[in-house]
Amino acid sequence: MPASRRAATLPLLLFALLAAAPFLGLGEGWMMTLLARGMILGLAALSLWLVVGGAGLVSLGHAAMLGIGAYAVVALDEARITEALVVAPAAIGAAALFALLTGAVALRTAGVPFIMITLAFGQMAFFTAASLAFYGGDDGYTLYARSTLAGGRWLENRLGFHYLCLALLAGAFLFCHLLLASRFGRVLRAARENPLRVQAVGFSPYPYRLLAYGIAGGMAGLAGFLLANATEFVAPSFLAWQRSGELLFMVILGGLGSPFGAVLGALALLLLEEGLGHLTPHWRLLLGPLLVLAVLFLRGGLVGLPAQLAGTRRHG
Amino acid sequence: MTAQLLLVQALNGLQFGILLFLVAAGLTLVFGVMDVINLAHGVQYMLGAYLGASLAAATGSFWLGLLLALPATLACGLLLELLVFRHLYDRDHLAQVLATFGVILTLNEAVTLLWGSAPLQVATPALLEGGVTLMPGLQYPLYRLAILAAGLATAGLLWLLVEHTRAGALLRAGASNRPMLAALGVDTGRLFLLVFGLGAMLAGFAGAMAAPILSVEPGMGDSVLILAFVVIVIGGIGSVRGAFLAALLVGLVEVLGRSLLPDLMRLVLAPSPARQAGASIGSMLVYIAMALILAVRPRGLFPARAG
Repeated sequence: MPASRRAATLPLLLFALLAAAPFLGLGEGWMMTLLARGMILGLAALSLWLVVGGAGLVSLGHAAMLGIGAYAVVALDEARITEALVVAPAAIGAAALFALLTGAVALRTAGVPFIMITLAFGQMAFFTAASLAFYGGDDGYTLYARSTLAGGRWLENRLGFHYLCLALLAGAFLFCHLLLASRFGRVLRAARENPLRVQAVGFSPYPYRLLAYGIAGGMAGLAGFLLANATEFVAPSFLAWQRSGELLFMVILGGLGSPFGAVLGALALLLLEEGLGHLTPHWRLLLGPLLVLAVLFLRGGLVGLPAQLAGTRRHG
Repeated sequence: MTAQLLLVQALNGLQFGILLFLVAAGLTLVFGVMDVINLAHGVQYMLGAYLGASLAAATGSFWLGLLLALPATLACGLLLELLVFRHLYDRDHLAQVLATFGVILTLNEAVTLLWGSAPLQVATPALLEGGVTLMPGLQYPLYRLAILAAGLATAGLLWLLVEHTRAGALLRAGASNRPMLAALGVDTGRLFLLVFGLGAMLAGFAGAMAAPILSVEPGMGDSVLILAFVVIVIGGIGSVRGAFLAALLVGLVEVLGRSLLPDLMRLVLAPSPARQAGASIGSMLVYIAMALILAVRPRGLFPARAG
């Protein structure tokens, strides 16, 4: 099987599984809630992957974009505007604008300083959210209702919300693939591998990185819109640096090699937490060593697992 | 009255800064010399606090507990190096981030399992109870002054070690150019073990000292960790001198910003929004300072690495 088709098989299989999940005995309330959360975090992790895996820049402030998307929902909810066709673009726009503004400064650096500057902007957004007294401050804000879609209450329906999340996740995944394969994506990846050489060929990496950062911010804003609707509650903790860390762990666990890794990592980490949580209240005592072992033995993350297994079989 | 308040808060800031330095010193050496991002460094601070507290309770003496906590945290650090970190040296930074996050989860949960999730209270040692009159009508807790003194003494010892011993020369050489050091025939494996153990012990010492003035609870290392990272990046990765100055700066900005800004904002705003805005800007101040410094000097104030 050619590599490109094999690369498409696993994502297709996963999306088909998610589409069929409600009819495979996973239609119970808590399971659907968990899956929706997994897909939303998958979308957020995918947007972070665009920055970390695509552009090769590690950000520790990505939860701010997610949180700004969620707070856009809050601001419009307070003004009694709940139409998703207005709210979602507003969430995407607000997060993308924040990404472009902060990215313009942060992208002057790379490597560890970039990690710390994105952390700094994330913390500024976090403390700002905590001081918004009219949106509940530290205590957060409970939405009056979920957003409506074209006037109908589609998002209230569990099945409808499930498929909305799935459609947006699959769409964003496809978009990432097309983006990376485009001329834009080629320059982005080349700048990740060797910025000096890219400059020598006549490209400046800066505008490409900034645009990628803005697109990633917009995608995370969309995830924030969905997350606010899933929980019907938004709090400053959405923007905490621990959240940014979690998203980063999902991306690394899945593997940086392909955007599918981010989706896989998000679902795997969430389901693992839930599964271990059913076994024992001290599930972190199991998850911690599992993560360490995953790093020591899975060189390419979860997406690299099939290739690694095949390699062992061939050599062993 | 305001001058007194300012003095007290400045002392609090310095004392917080010195604790930050003890944590950040190990972090900057591990990062600078070994090129390892160790998120689990904050956990070693927590372990120091817990081990100090229980050893003090077991022996009946705070001082014995503090003294015994040092070899105990050193042993924990060496064990972690042998079990986990040794296998991460040749991996990229992101792999290290995920693995050390796994270590955080494990140890935070292990601490909860062993000591429970309720905060432990540690009594101030009788010798250092009470306050000192700094100026008429102004008392300052003796124990906090003692932390300041102990931290400064430790910083001095560390400076002697790094600047005036053979091991220190190797440390500085490692932070400046590691492949060259290995090429010159230095056993980097042993050097790394030493650096890691030393860093763990310093963080543990800070935790054990801070136990009487903080609540000892699981996860207490996480908030210190992020500020310690801010410190080492501002100071320049691998530079102990930079970490010292940056730690004092961060400590002062953090404490003074949080305590004074709400009052300062009242000069221009109504009381309630002033409190809100002052509190949030006060908390942001450290990060604003870091973003400004990094935008101008991406390698920090005192970069240790050559080239």
